[in-house]
Amino acid sequence: MALLNAKERMLRRAAKDIEAGMTVNLGIGLPTQVMTYVSKDLPVCLHSENGIAGVGALVTKDKADRNLIDAGGAYISPVPGASYFDSAVSFALVRSGRLDLTLLGAFEVAANGDLANWIIPGRFAAGVGGAIELAQKARKVGVITTHTDKHGNPKILERCTLPLTAINCVDRIYTDMAVCDITSEGLILKEIAEGVSVEDVVNATGADLTIPSAPLPTF
Amino acid sequence: MPMPDKTTDMAGVITLIPDGASIMVGGFGVPGSPFCLIEELVRQGQKNLTIIKNDSNEAGMGVDWLLQSGQVKKLITSHIGLNPNAVRLMNEGLIEVEFVAQGILAERIRVAGAGLMGFVTDIGMGTPLAEGKQRVTFEGKEGIFEPALKADFALVHADTADPFGNLTFNATARNFNPLIAMAARCTIAEAERVVPLGKIDPGHVQTPAPFVDHVVALPDLPEVYGIVER
Repeated sequence: MALLNAKERMLRRAAKDIEAGMTVNLGIGLPTQVMTYVSKDLPVCLHSENGIAGVGALVTKDKADRNLIDAGGAYISPVPGASYFDSAVSFALVRSGRLDLTLLGAFEVAANGDLANWIIPGRFAAGVGGAIELAQKARKVGVITTHTDKHGNPKILERCTLPLTAINCVDRIYTDMAVCDITSEGLILKEIAEGVSVEDVVNATGADLTIPSAPLPTF
Repeated sequence: MPMPDKTTDMAGVITLIPDGASIMVGGFGVPGSPFCLIEELVRQGQKNLTIIKNDSNEAGMGVDWLLQSGQVKKLITSHIGLNPNAVRLMNEGLIEVEFVAQGILAERIRVAGAGLMGFVTDIGMGTPLAEGKQRVTFEGKEGIFEPALKADFALVHADTADPFGNLTFNATARNFNPLIAMAARCTIAEAERVVPLGKIDPGHVQTPAPFVDHVVALPDLPEVYGIVER
């Protein structure tokens, strides 16, 4: 395999936390791309909120079923054992705690686990879709995001400035620079990307970051 | 005892819809969107409609036809991000848009169809979507009362129907269709196939016919139902 860039290593690192037996929902965009790095042999049920448990591989247009898409509109195949259901059942599954893990994108994440990922007043307000219920009710919530925005401003903050998707919901943040956990003791640096220094991460983070004394694993 | 026959013609059944009606529309993206019923509604031109639908379709299809023809006053939806026309009309104040979290939209429709007044949930607490909503404290926890969402009409796309109105749906084309079929005063279903009574195994019916008022058999499907080229 060719050398992976920082984004690819972030996706591959997030994929490591998808474990056998889990039911998982991957948000549209970067999180969906995590599947590229999940072993095809791993027994995992992938849920998509438009009404399928058992999402399989993407299919090309010439092989696509016009009635079978994921929530992002991509044409998919079902795996053996998949099921289809209506939108009320789909979110019953989410709200009742059947999702072991969801991975979502973010505009901002706060050190207390608040997530903002659906509205930028005056610029972007296309609706919340299923994000609130995924963020609030999945047993574990991971955020996949670049560590800073395209202007270099931190996306991990002491408090979110944008309207929230859900409060105190995020457990782990995967970025192109680091993996951070949100705990009752605050934001903790857990792993660091190859070629990035602790100082780089601290400078790119807009919140207090606890640095463990033990050497940090790299990814 | 024969079951009633609810099959009818497209143009006639859409004339039942008056100006100012509230209309639930099935579909999540292309799958399950009743494009032919919407197209007839555009041809007839009813105005000041309130459209209740998961999304606003993509530009150039489905609900977007109603938006472009200026027939929509209000949209109750979870997401319009794939339709720049809808976003523009909202930003210019030409349509009113009420955003509802996707599963809460589905559940508000489901409880209306179940004959209930609403439900209590903690979804959205601490976010802008909870603002202005009635708070309820139950067993020491604070929640939000979400009212049932009904409509005058539901426009449903089914894979197969029988003349009585039993419906089945295909793959992810199910989505909101069975929910809206139960929540409207008058439910109109278009179906890709209308098969004789008894041809759908009673155990495989996904929407029972008593919820359906009218059945329209579709001709050969227009291209809009096909694979989307992006």
